[in-house]
Amino acid sequence: MATLHSAPRFTRIDGLKDALSQALGDHLVEAHEEHGELLLHVKRDSVEDALRVLRDDHAYQQLMEIAGADYPSRAERFEVVYMLLSLTKNSRIIVKCRASEDTPVPTVTTLWPNAGWLEREVFDMYGVLFAGNTDLRRILTDYGFEGHPFRKDFPLTGFTELRYSEDLKRVVYEPVELAQDLRQFDFMSPWEGADYVLPGDEKADTPPVNDPKTTEKPSDTGAGAKTDAKAAEKVSAKAPAEQDGGKDAEAPEPTEDRPARAKRKGKASGTAKATEPEAKPAAKKKPAAAKKAQAKRKAPAKKKDDQ
Amino acid sequence: MSMQLEQSPTTGDEVITNYTINFGPQHPAAHGVLRMVMELDGEIIERIDPHVGLLHRGTEKLIEHKTYLQALPYFDRLDYCSPLCMEHSYVLAIEKLLNVEVPIRAQYLRVLFAELTRICNHMLNIGAHVMDVGAMTPNLWVFELREDCMNFFERASGARMHSAWFRPGGVHQDVPEKLLVDIGEWLDTRLPELFGDAMSLVLDNRIFKQRNVDIAVVSKDDAVAWGFSGPMIRAAGIPWDLRKSQPYDVYDRMEFDIPVGTNSDCYDRFVVRVKEVYESKKIIKQCLAEMPQGPICSDDRKVAPPKRAEMKQSMEALIHHFKLYTEGFHVPAGEVYVATESPKGEFGVYLVSDGSNKPYRCKIRPTAFSHLQAMDFMSKGHMLPDATAILGAIDVVFGECDR
Repeated sequence: MATLHSAPRFTRIDGLKDALSQALGDHLVEAHEEHGELLLHVKRDSVEDALRVLRDDHAYQQLMEIAGADYPSRAERFEVVYMLLSLTKNSRIIVKCRASEDTPVPTVTTLWPNAGWLEREVFDMYGVLFAGNTDLRRILTDYGFEGHPFRKDFPLTGFTELRYSEDLKRVVYEPVELAQDLRQFDFMSPWEGADYVLPGDEKADTPPVNDPKTTEKPSDTGAGAKTDAKAAEKVSAKAPAEQDGGKDAEAPEPTEDRPARAKRKGKASGTAKATEPEAKPAAKKKPAAAKKAQAKRKAPAKKKDDQ
Repeated sequence: MSMQLEQSPTTGDEVITNYTINFGPQHPAAHGVLRMVMELDGEIIERIDPHVGLLHRGTEKLIEHKTYLQALPYFDRLDYCSPLCMEHSYVLAIEKLLNVEVPIRAQYLRVLFAELTRICNHMLNIGAHVMDVGAMTPNLWVFELREDCMNFFERASGARMHSAWFRPGGVHQDVPEKLLVDIGEWLDTRLPELFGDAMSLVLDNRIFKQRNVDIAVVSKDDAVAWGFSGPMIRAAGIPWDLRKSQPYDVYDRMEFDIPVGTNSDCYDRFVVRVKEVYESKKIIKQCLAEMPQGPICSDDRKVAPPKRAEMKQSMEALIHHFKLYTEGFHVPAGEVYVATESPKGEFGVYLVSDGSNKPYRCKIRPTAFSHLQAMDFMSKGHMLPDATAILGAIDVVFGECDR
C-alpha cells in the first residue's frame, strides 16, 4: 500500500525484520511489520536479554517509552510495550511482551536508568509487576490510592471522590455519588458491529396470534353511545390556570429533589413579584420598613453621644 | 555594660545532620504542581525525590471512552503552553493508521502554526527561567510576544489556547490572508525588536551566567541513557531533532539549522531555546513564502466533514456530517507509535485501534518524564537555589507530565 500520510518518516532498513529476528533467536515469539513499523513480540522472561541485545548490538540506544495495555479476554491480559529509538540508525522499533497480574516482567532499569519511572507508571496504572525494580511505588495516582485505574474493568468514574469538608476542616474521601448517570452514548452503526438486541428487535420473533383483531362491527372499536356523546362535546375542560378564576396561584412546596439529603431550608416564593412591575402592597410597605430600620440604627448612636 | 563572649555556634564546631524539606507542591518556581522531597546537607542538595501526578486527570482513560475526534481537545490540555504541537502527534498518529493524504496547504499551515507554538512556548519558558533566577523585566517583554502569538491562534481557530485546530486530514478552517500577512510583519518587526531587547539583558548578564553556567552538566552518554530529547539532548551536543531526522508534514522542505550546545549546562539549554526561536522564525518565513492555495482538509468524506455550505445543498454531505459527528470515523485495527518534536522534546502517541470508532489505547509519551526523573542526579551536589534554575531549564509543564 502506498504511503499517503505525512507522519514522521524514519529510515527504513531493508531486511531489518530478518536481521533482528535472527539476533533475538529464542527470545522472539513473533515479528511483524505494520504501517512501516516493526513490532517484535518477545518472551516475557527474556525481555531484559532481548533489549540488551537490541541496545548493545543493534544501536537502539534510547528507551523512549514503556506503555501498558489491557486485553481482558486474553489469558495473560497485559501487554508491556517498549518503544526503542536508534539515534545513529534513525530507526524506531516496538518491542512487547505479555504478562498477567501474578507474572512479573524482568526490569530494564539495569539497561536504562529512565525505565524506573516508566515501569512505575505501568505498575500504577495496570498492576503489572516488574521483578528487580527496587523502587516500584505508585507514581501518578493519589497517595494511598487503591486499584489500578487503567484496567478495562476499572470504571471511568472511579470509586472514591474527595471534597473539602467545612466541618472537619480537611479534605475527605467519599464513595462516588453521581448526581446524574454517566452518559455513555453508543453511536456504532447497528448494522456494522452492534452485538446486542436493539430496542424493538425482540418483537420481531413474537409468534402470530390465532384470531387477529379486526374492527368490523361498531362494538369492536371499543366505542359506544357514551363515548359518542362525549366526543360530540365541542368544548374541552378549561386549563387549570383558567379554572381558578385568574387568581395568582401560590408557589408549590419546595420539592425534595435529592431524597437522600435533608430537605432544603426556607420556603420557596413565587416569582410574580419579581417580574411584574406593579406590586402595590409591597411598594407601600417598603418605606415604612426602611424608616423603622433607620430609627433602629440611629438609636444606639444617640446613646453614644449622650455619654 | 560588660563585654559578652560570642556563644552562638559556628559551622565547624557542630555537626549538622541532613534534613529533608518539601519543595512544592505549591511553589512559584515549581512551574506547576510538583512536589520534590529534598534531602539537604546545609544548602547542598543530597537527594531529590520528585513526586509527580498531582495533576493526573486520567486523560488516557478518558480518551478510550471518546471517539477519535472527541479525544482531540484533550491534547490541548496536556501541554497547555504548546497546545498545537500536542495535537500534531495525535492527528499524525490517526492519519498513519488511516493512511489518509493531507493536502499540501494543510501541511504548510500545520508546520507554520506548530512553529508559532514553539515560539509561544519558548517565550514562556525563557521568561520563566529568567525570572526563576531573579530577573523580572525580560519576562514582561517576552510575555508581550506570547500574547501576540495567542492573538494569532485566536484569529486562526477562535481560541487563544485550546485551539483544537489540527484535525485528522488537515486543519479545521482556513486562515484569513490578512493573518498570514500580519504574522510575516510581526516576525520582521515586533519579534526581533522585543525578543532581541530582552535577550540583550540576559545572555551576557553576569548574574544570569553565575546562576546557570556549569549548573547540572549532563554528559552525552547520560543524556542518551536517560532518554533525553529536544533542547535537553541538543544542549548536550547531540544534533538530534525529529523535524530534521524524521520529518513529518512539510518539514523536509524547510531549511533550518539545529542549534547545539557545547557545555550541556543550564545556560546552554537556555541558549539553545533562544536560537530555536530564530530558527522557527526562518521556518515560518519559508511557509509564508511557499504556501500554495488549495484545500485545507482531506476530501475523504469518511474522515473529514464536509463544508457547511455543501451540507445545505447535498443530502450526501448532510449524512456524512451527521455520521462523523455522532458515530465518528472508524480506524482500521493496528498500532502505531508517532513522535514529533514538540518544543519540549519528543512528544509521542502510541495509538492502538481495534477497528472501532474509539481508540482502544492511547498512550501519551510526555517529554517531562525522563527529564524530571534525571532531576535527582542533575542536582546532586548543587545548592538549593540551583534547583529552580535546573527546573527552569528542563521546561516542564505538569499538564503533560501527569496527564
